[in-house]
Amino acid sequence: MDLIYTSQQNSFRMEVRDWLRSHVPQNKLPSFDTDDGFEAHRAWERTLSEGNWGMVTWPKEYGGRGCDLIEWLIFEEEYYRAGAPLRVNQNGIFLLGPTLMEYGTDAQKARFITEMAKGNEMWAQGWSEPGAGSDMAAIRCRADRDGNEFVINGQKIWSTRAVYADWVFGLFRSDPESSRHHGLSFILVPLNSPGVTVRPIPQLNGLPGFAEIFFDDVRVSDFNLIGEEGQGWSIAMSTAGFERGLMLRSPARFQQASRRLVELYRARQNDILDLSIENAVVQCYMDAEAYALSTYQTASRLTKGGKIGAESSCNKIFWSELDIRIHETAMSLLGPYAETEGVGMKYHEEIAAWVDGFLFSQSGPIYAGTNEIQRNIIAERLLGLPRK
Amino acid sequence: MDFTFSEEQQFFESTLADFLKDNVTAEQIRQRWESAEGFDKTTWQSLAELGITAALVQEANGGLGLSFEDCILLMQACGRSALPEPIIEHSFIAAALLEDVHAIAPSQTTKDLLAGVAAGEKVLMTSHVINPHTNMAQSADAFLIQFGDDIHLVDKSEVQLKTMKSLDPSRRMSSLDWQPSAKSCLLNGVKGSELWQRTLNRGALATAAQLLGLAEAMVSQAVKYASDREQFGKPIGTNQAVKHLLADCAVQIEFAKPVIHRAAYTVSVAPNRADWAVSHAKVCASEAAKLAARHCTQVFGAMGYTWECDLHIWAKRAWVLDKEWGDNGFHKNRIHEWLLQPKALLGPEFTFGRRYLGDANEVV
Repeated sequence: MDLIYTSQQNSFRMEVRDWLRSHVPQNKLPSFDTDDGFEAHRAWERTLSEGNWGMVTWPKEYGGRGCDLIEWLIFEEEYYRAGAPLRVNQNGIFLLGPTLMEYGTDAQKARFITEMAKGNEMWAQGWSEPGAGSDMAAIRCRADRDGNEFVINGQKIWSTRAVYADWVFGLFRSDPESSRHHGLSFILVPLNSPGVTVRPIPQLNGLPGFAEIFFDDVRVSDFNLIGEEGQGWSIAMSTAGFERGLMLRSPARFQQASRRLVELYRARQNDILDLSIENAVVQCYMDAEAYALSTYQTASRLTKGGKIGAESSCNKIFWSELDIRIHETAMSLLGPYAETEGVGMKYHEEIAAWVDGFLFSQSGPIYAGTNEIQRNIIAERLLGLPRK
Repeated sequence: MDFTFSEEQQFFESTLADFLKDNVTAEQIRQRWESAEGFDKTTWQSLAELGITAALVQEANGGLGLSFEDCILLMQACGRSALPEPIIEHSFIAAALLEDVHAIAPSQTTKDLLAGVAAGEKVLMTSHVINPHTNMAQSADAFLIQFGDDIHLVDKSEVQLKTMKSLDPSRRMSSLDWQPSAKSCLLNGVKGSELWQRTLNRGALATAAQLLGLAEAMVSQAVKYASDREQFGKPIGTNQAVKHLLADCAVQIEFAKPVIHRAAYTVSVAPNRADWAVSHAKVCASEAAKLAARHCTQVFGAMGYTWECDLHIWAKRAWVLDKEWGDNGFHKNRIHEWLLQPKALLGPEFTFGRRYLGDANEVV
């Protein structure tokens, strides 16, 4: 064990820090779930891409830097430290990207990853359907083969970023005779295709962060099929899936939030009467640190050629509950000032950010597989309890 | 940056784990309960032959010269088997303190004692003020006792023991009655104080590693029971309510591991700057073990509340170790104080302190 960064890693950190210092926008961008905000975030993605910082783990030929996971963690640490904008294309870079790397053909990688890295194409995800939420194998949205094309009919729901995104990736039933997790295919669909209707769904903050997507005889080329026809389920559940789990929420996000929480606590300490707050602040800081250490340990193992295991299914529960605790504690520290987003208070912007974050944290235990589903997975795959 | 254990470190752990699995069964632990000493000399001797008692003693003094990091998985394994012999108190706490004392104030007495401790022939226990009582004192040959900043080496003949029953039948707790003298004092002042601080950190971290092992063992026993025990015509472990009790334990265990492993590294490379890492480890291991004790008892149902069910061998150890070497209040307070320091290095870029900025001595 050697928990000291190499000099190469240190220079990489300083390179990231310097670049961010001179490129991160001075003012906070508006939410990416608004017209202006989405375009501002798209412009930021392009800026990142011009510096080859779009996705540092990707190979150089696709606009990345061929970084390993430790360097990715360093990049993320500096990114959150600098207060850089949230990644509007996270569905693409953190979810679809690793899948394309593992299952995409060279032509598909060249076509999709390059455009993603350049910030030209933003991605929405299309897993859930009205009848297929936690029970994702109940997917009914059809992709019927017709020569070199698929004809897509049906509906997706809770599609994050679909209101403004350019493309959606998802699972579709390509074998009409199939049931459950058989006969599903992983297909990429342009959202400007004829027959696609996107209906925004306002989230708790009132903004359309997700949408329903209706497909009415939408024709897509079979070039957009990832992996084999009918292999969709295993692609979605693959090793790439575990890696997605690792990358979806980098620890730096929660370490930065915990740092802000400690700063808020220091500022408000003398006004606090609730005896549990001190304990909550300590717990939040410890947990953010534990999540970082756990990710470093996994990254280290993977870098040395190890495989990610079922223990990674614990991640999502841990960070989503941590995120709620951090924001609940901040709300308690703000007291009644949180209700009006601190209008008239000295730290108005900071308070508004806590309230936004608090609302968003409510979704953590629900999206990307509810925490109840995660607990089933842990019980069955990590602990080995019987399915039935 | 390499946050993995070496093959040698893992091999040492698996050797010990194999030994413990075959030689320290629940049935044998219950036999210890019936004995006055609660201490099996044959097991002790075998552990010494495996090199456990020699691990932290320097090679020049008859030991293996390993680091605390090299041994952290061994401590976890001892917890997993609920080993009653105080091998951890002896090998990883007392021996390490004696080694530190000897490095500063070498004497023939400390050198001879180190050789005896490394061989497992002399049983050495520590009495730090944070713990009111000492485990297995009646089996000890000598004690390292805190008196203010002083470190006293006291022979068993100079100590009156007042023995009392423990909540955990595997333990034999005593308070020590003794008189400090100039002759018994090995080290005092700032140096003494610094070594007691190190000892507290080693004790807390060794306890954390055991708690983690205890939690793992309890969960695996509950998983087995929930897979075998049938109600309503199917194993109770098929019910989500039962699954989720155990999944919650697994999450806490998974996130306690890297914290304990990092603390072991910090204690090894920067023992005077390990407070924060150690306190974090102790708190999360305690929470994981207490949750495991409670949820696993629940999974065993009425059986879990019986003397007959083996689970309480592990649960009771967890309940007592939770309070040893500083309870959660003590450790959370250390973290709280640190968080309030204006100079505390907080945030994502300081996961491993500020070493990357070129300050080789800085590990926070």
